[in-house]
Amino acid sequence: MKNRRNLVKALAAALLLGVAPLTPAQDAAPDQLVKTVTLEVVDLIAKDKEIRAGNRAKLVQLIDAKVLPHFNFGAMTALALGQSWNKASPEQKKRLVEEFRTLLVRTYASALAAYSEQRLDFRPLRAKPTDTDVTVNVRVLQSGAQPVTIDYSMEKTPSGWKVYDVMVGGVSLVANYRTEFATTVRESGIDGLINSLQAKNRSLAGAVAGADKK
Amino acid sequence: MRAALVLLLLAAGCASTSGDGDPRDPLEGVNRRVYRFNEVVDVNVAQPVARAYTRVVPNEIRDRVRNFFGNIGDVFIGVNNFLQGKFEEGVGDWARVAFNSTIGLFGIHDVASDMGYEKHNEDFGQTFGRWGARPGPYLVLPLLGSSDARDALGTGLDIYSDPMGEVRPYHLQYGLWALRFTQLRADLLDASRILEEAALDKYVFQRDAYLQRRRSLVYDGHPPREKEPEDEEPQKPR
Repeated sequence: MKNRRNLVKALAAALLLGVAPLTPAQDAAPDQLVKTVTLEVVDLIAKDKEIRAGNRAKLVQLIDAKVLPHFNFGAMTALALGQSWNKASPEQKKRLVEEFRTLLVRTYASALAAYSEQRLDFRPLRAKPTDTDVTVNVRVLQSGAQPVTIDYSMEKTPSGWKVYDVMVGGVSLVANYRTEFATTVRESGIDGLINSLQAKNRSLAGAVAGADKK
Repeated sequence: MRAALVLLLLAAGCASTSGDGDPRDPLEGVNRRVYRFNEVVDVNVAQPVARAYTRVVPNEIRDRVRNFFGNIGDVFIGVNNFLQGKFEEGVGDWARVAFNSTIGLFGIHDVASDMGYEKHNEDFGQTFGRWGARPGPYLVLPLLGSSDARDALGTGLDIYSDPMGEVRPYHLQYGLWALRFTQLRADLLDASRILEEAALDKYVFQRDAYLQRRRSLVYDGHPPREKEPEDEEPQKPR
């Protein structure tokens, strides 16, 4: 009797193991996902002479392909807008997400370009397997200074874990845009915010293109 | 008459809640002026010096310089940890000073980190915060930049108590301060470039980042959840 139960257990374990590799990669644990993606991107940058020489367009391309799929920009934009989000029309929402995404990607590219082989410390995830909202911690170690913490707030969605906020050294990116967005919306409405985001992105695109030519 | 009173109340209500000013920054007008002044100094003096320093001095040496001043800072980081009742951390900070000043050759090598004594970030402003002091109004200090009432007092104490104040002759001491600030500004070059790119309004972005950062530091990276502004608005009567 006991033997048979063990047999059943073993069979179940074997089945689970056999099935495990079949589950799609999007079910990867959030901390593993952050680690894999980060190391892959850092490695790709290290190998790419053009990016290291300052080709920002190519870096943005790389981020588009490797990092963007793991971000939920809709949620980020909604959080940064707060109450105003509900007042925006679907068309306005679409444009807000687009412009905010462009701005964040550029900022992210800038931050990545500044990265110069500091050691990364991927912290083990402290969460229950059933949690659907977790924070993944990475620390950037630098000689003679306190490590810089990067916290990714991630939510489980049908298409895998998605980042909806990034905190650098305790500063939430989404929260930091909240005051700016609120002020702009109050002064010039949601279209005003779309316009100023657009203007910002255009001026950055110009500046970056200029820097690349140098 | 009653209508006039209601109007007046409404106007007062608007002024205090939905006016342009951020309640955390009642001195925004003055602050923005100081901010502009600081920017002029930064763009014309601090940044060029920091860039030249980064260009001329190799990364290896800059690490040594950062370590050297970091070691001096660790003395009072330890004091502040003790004042906050974090004795284990305080002992760790002083162990860092002991190891780095000796084996680490006057602090230029951060051997203590490799031994497992992690560097902390503490100052008097954080200690006051830990004791329950509220940040008070946001302030932009001339040359020193972002601060608040609590941290301005803290920064004063930080500078006053810094061991480098004991260094004589004075010209050596001033030279050391100049090098220390140059290193600090050099370390922030990337951050300030990112700020430039990320912000719609740099003043607001930097202010909010500063307030968030300090709050996080006071709670050593684990601040309690802040109430969302929308939570505080009164519920609409049904």
